[in-house]
Amino acid sequence: MSGVRVLVGTRKGAFILTADGKRDKWQVDGPHFPGFELYHLKGSPVNPDRIWASQSSGWFGQLMQRSDDGGTTWEAVGNEFPYDGVPGTHQWYDGTPHPWEFKRVWHLEPSLTDANVVYAGVEDAALFRSSDGGASWHELSGLRQHGSGPHWAPGAGGMCLHTIIQDPTNAQRMYVAISAAGTFRTDDGGATWTAINKGLRSNYLPDEDAEVGHCVHHIAMHPSRPNTLFMQKHWDVMRSDNAGDQWHEISGNLPTDFGFVIDVHAHDPETLYVVPITSDAHHFVHEGKLRVYRSRTGGHEWEALTKGLPQEHCYVNVLRDAMSVDTLDECGVYFGTTGGQVYVSPDGGDTWQAIVRDLPAVLSVEVQTLP
Amino acid sequence: MTIRVVLPSPLRDLARVSGEVVLSVSAPVTQRRLIDALEAAYPMLRGTVRDPVTGRRRALVRFYACSEDHSNDEPDALLPESVAQGKEPYLVVGAIAGG
Repeated sequence: MSGVRVLVGTRKGAFILTADGKRDKWQVDGPHFPGFELYHLKGSPVNPDRIWASQSSGWFGQLMQRSDDGGTTWEAVGNEFPYDGVPGTHQWYDGTPHPWEFKRVWHLEPSLTDANVVYAGVEDAALFRSSDGGASWHELSGLRQHGSGPHWAPGAGGMCLHTIIQDPTNAQRMYVAISAAGTFRTDDGGATWTAINKGLRSNYLPDEDAEVGHCVHHIAMHPSRPNTLFMQKHWDVMRSDNAGDQWHEISGNLPTDFGFVIDVHAHDPETLYVVPITSDAHHFVHEGKLRVYRSRTGGHEWEALTKGLPQEHCYVNVLRDAMSVDTLDECGVYFGTTGGQVYVSPDGGDTWQAIVRDLPAVLSVEVQTLP
Repeated sequence: MTIRVVLPSPLRDLARVSGEVVLSVSAPVTQRRLIDALEAAYPMLRGTVRDPVTGRRRALVRFYACSEDHSNDEPDALLPESVAQGKEPYLVVGAIAGG
């Protein structure tokens, strides 16, 4: 019987949650790397037993870990992320030039075709690639050297490259998103990049329609429709049907369109999930109720999903990498909260149950569907 | 020279060791040579006590020996003789931070 393995990164270690296809009885393994921040873990689609983990600490810096046995044992791999050439400057909070400085790895994206290749999105924003199983990392510096680079500025969470999406039909095309610069696309394997932010409007910018400066929180794509992208921006839920060339808003009837996560149903590319957050001043769910909102129409029309989720006195957040879906026949949806809960819906969002309730604050959730 | 080093518990966990680690460091025994030897013996600790790009001590890591703070010594300064002779351990300490 097929099953799932959920990789959970938290403020104080990593946890691995496993279940069979029913997804009602769970084994909890961890913490791995206790005491360290695990910003992200993700398995290779080529070899699911190969899992990458970003481990960091304010004391001991960035470490990178790789498992080749599904997370049972781990091996430290290369942890040097040197910027290509003279790093130059970006814009600091006060508008002054500030040197690019590596701080941590936010997101790992294993190659769709080669288990030895993995991409890393880092703070200060840059994209790195390893082609030797993580032993060494090389910057795809065409992104940072995009002409707008000196104008990028950090958001409240830092200037991080947090989203990496590979086009499964075109090995030369990839998307990345940076807070607070915006979204970029390459059509030549990462050599050059185009800012794709038309249609985004951000009223915290002097020019609301600026080419860069938008605080994009997360992007999702269904692999069957690689030209359609969904975005949770700081405020606004957005959609593009032409590979990011133009965006339009699909927030519709959401109670608030601020949030971090967005994801797409595994089998229906028009079914979306978001978790509305009250505001950028109040980083907790709206009205004290933990509600996932689902649209079956590609946006605009949203329904609240509440069965099994707390509907009073709840003040957690759901961070940008903390939602994922499995690919079982009945799509499972997963998310983790800053309160340490990880929830699963084994029926596409209709009902929810907590897999665990008392982990450290959850930073990321990724699910692997196992044969 | 045989040098004794005490690591903080997170680094002992990473290195999968308990208690002191013992390193062989050729003379002259300096902070740089000691950390070179530490990282060679325990590759999983590379970059954890000093920044891999600048080579400087990480801000929240301290170096103590013989009841003295050697955190701000130059990387190529000689370590105390009793450390170089293996009589006293070299302490790598995670600084108290965070309240």
